[in-house]
Amino acid sequence: MTTLTEELDQITAKVQQEQQAAGDRINVCVAAGCLSLHSDAVQRALEEEAKKTGARCAVRGVGCMGLCSAGPVVSHESAASNSDEQAARLYGGVQSEHAPQLIASLQGEPVTKLAISRQLPFFTRQTKVVLENSGRINPESIDEYIATGGYRALMHALNEMTPAEVVQEISASGLRGRGGAGYPTGLKWATVARVAGAPKYVICNADEGDPGAFMDRSVLEGDPHRVLEGMILAAYAVGASQGYIYLRAEYPLAVKRLGIAIREAKRMGLLGNDIGGTRMSLNLEIRLGAGAFVCGEETALIASIEGHRGTPHPRPPYPAESGLWGSPTLINNVETYANVPPILQRGSAWYAALGTAKSKGTKVFALSGKVRHTGLIEVPMGMTLREIIFDIGGGVAEGHTFKAVQTGGPSGGCIPESLLDIPVDYDSLTQAGSIMGSGGMIVMDDSSCMVNVARFFMEFCMSESCGKCIPCRAGTAQMYGLLTRITEGTATHRELDLLIRLCEMVGATSLCGLGQTAPNPVLSTLRYFKHEYLAHIEDKHCPAGVCDCAASIAEVAR
Amino acid sequence: MMATLTRPQLPSTDKRWMIVQGTMRKHGYSRNALIETLHTVQQSFGFLDKDAIRFVAASLQIPPSQAYGVATFYHLFQLRPPGRHTCQICLGTACYINGAERLMGHAEKQLGIQAGETTPDGEVSLLAVRCVGSCSFAPVSIFDEQIHSYSKVEALDAQLKAWTQP
Ligand SMILES: Cc1cc2nc3c(=O)[nH]c(=O)nc-3n(C[C@H](O)[C@H](O)[C@H](O)COP(=O)(O)O)c2cc1C
Ligand code: FES
Repeated sequence: MTTLTEELDQITAKVQQEQQAAGDRINVCVAAGCLSLHSDAVQRALEEEAKKTGARCAVRGVGCMGLCSAGPVVSHESAASNSDEQAARLYGGVQSEHAPQLIASLQGEPVTKLAISRQLPFFTRQTKVVLENSGRINPESIDEYIATGGYRALMHALNEMTPAEVVQEISASGLRGRGGAGYPTGLKWATVARVAGAPKYVICNADEGDPGAFMDRSVLEGDPHRVLEGMILAAYAVGASQGYIYLRAEYPLAVKRLGIAIREAKRMGLLGNDIGGTRMSLNLEIRLGAGAFVCGEETALIASIEGHRGTPHPRPPYPAESGLWGSPTLINNVETYANVPPILQRGSAWYAALGTAKSKGTKVFALSGKVRHTGLIEVPMGMTLREIIFDIGGGVAEGHTFKAVQTGGPSGGCIPESLLDIPVDYDSLTQAGSIMGSGGMIVMDDSSCMVNVARFFMEFCMSESCGKCIPCRAGTAQMYGLLTRITEGTATHRELDLLIRLCEMVGATSLCGLGQTAPNPVLSTLRYFKHEYLAHIEDKHCPAGVCDCAASIAEVAR
Repeated sequence: MMATLTRPQLPSTDKRWMIVQGTMRKHGYSRNALIETLHTVQQSFGFLDKDAIRFVAASLQIPPSQAYGVATFYHLFQLRPPGRHTCQICLGTACYINGAERLMGHAEKQLGIQAGETTPDGEVSLLAVRCVGSCSFAPVSIFDEQIHSYSKVEALDAQLKAWTQP
């Protein structure tokens, strides 16, 4: 009888053989972004053209390749340059009508008018760990994941390591939670492992509610098995037998791909009973969110899986002790789990060498807003904001000037030009009045009014407040009202003082993270852009020309 | 004597109720299948009406008030029938920074309704969504199922006209 490990090796050999036989690989991004630019039609056109001309190549749909602003993106890996990403040719803005040129170019010179240089800092400055497969494998094929070395970390752990050794390895790597708060992952695993009680649960937080963030989505759409492998490893480490992936319903493609991945993993015996011939069992199910930001908060998420309204509970008890149906529960973010297989495969020392003293590894960011190169990037912790925005992101558009970068979504803050040289790590961003958050990074230029931005986030928190505790329910509404009056030019210093007092009160007294951090966008804009608040209040003037103070004042007078 | 459970009758002969029942059966009529079941109702019927909520609540042995509480808590659940077409405009941060508010303002004016409403003739529902994860392509709007990147007022206008004019 062949063992599962041998089976994985056979699949790897088979995939490599097939790829050799098929010749060059043409990868078409069919992640949701490029898909909205009709990359599926591009894929079909390339397939037809390849068939018609008998070119020796395989056209494949893959996940996000990162540079979304150049979409639809296509890459060409020649059979000779096996698996060297840098050697692949990259094309942007590809349309169906370019198919003949692209297919004809396989053996010759690249199609210059579509080519994107691999030498752009956008590519050379990145370090890919979580995204190493994204854009290079077919996310709907478990075989291709296996051929990249997938599920080997799991087999190794199951056969050679005790659960305690797995926890120890994760602790030693220094990995911290990627869902926002940055809690040490090894510590969390150790707690769940230590607590007595069965059953235990593992949960993957794929709610990604921060508006302006799409890292988790891209990982799930581009390399879903990596997340599954991380979850199975976690379940082994803490002793869980049932798991849930809480996924937002707004990501239908991720739902589909994850569903396929779970089915294929089951078929291979990597999920279910007696995984890989060991006594470990894990059953995984997807639970769909229903459009509530607060359900990203772990206790609210658990309530939602139980079928209730998504309202949070005070902690302690933490989910590690009393979580889903009162049982010990491990809950981690998508990207946190995605970091686990490479840590176990390459060792904690390798991982701990990436990043800074207190923030190890890499971080995926979703770069968007008023920046030239928008898309998905992965950089070592500790890179400066300036490097990310100006080198990788290419800065703001011509004729505009940079004003602020927003990180951490509705729980985060706006960081001004003067602080762009701080390193991106959990502690520096917190010191600057923002947070790392889950990885949304939205660049704003002189066309954005910071008071209006603060009001935007407050409106978000107000409508997403679950209503359970009064400071958050009533406080966000009051703060929204005050911010509205400031943007309308009808507020005085009294309102500003009241706003500041409310910020302190709501932050200090709210039940969960939503309310506790809701004041952050206001506080950080007040800290760095107070002159904009004062201009609205004293001069009834919006420096960015966004708020129409005069019209509002006239309206009120009428 | 053990009390035998009598499950409520299907509200009508509509075949779609069988699909709804299928979801509940798959979860062994467990109470925590409520949200999953409501998802199935909405996928099958387009929205949740009182009959549906009552039926699901009775089947899962949940007080109707609790089921109604869940249905109203989550933004994705619609309690009114949607229009023939839906226009969703993303008001997430990246889209907002790139002028999504203007798009929404235009759509509201053009259709004569507010976000969250449906035109009186039942043709178009206008919805605000909070980030669909295509932030690189902001501002984003979704006409029925089709995502539109880098949305412009003109394209929005053309689509709304195509829907509302005979
Ligand atoms: C209002 C609120 C929203 C949150 N949303 C998310 C989210 O969308 N995704 C996520 O992974 N964590 C979110 N979190 C953080 C989770 O509560 C939790 O800390 C995280 O899932 C733990 O995983 P990690 O240790 O791997 O980061 C949110 C927290 C709060 C207070
Ligand atoms: S903010 Fe609109 S798609 Fe993300």
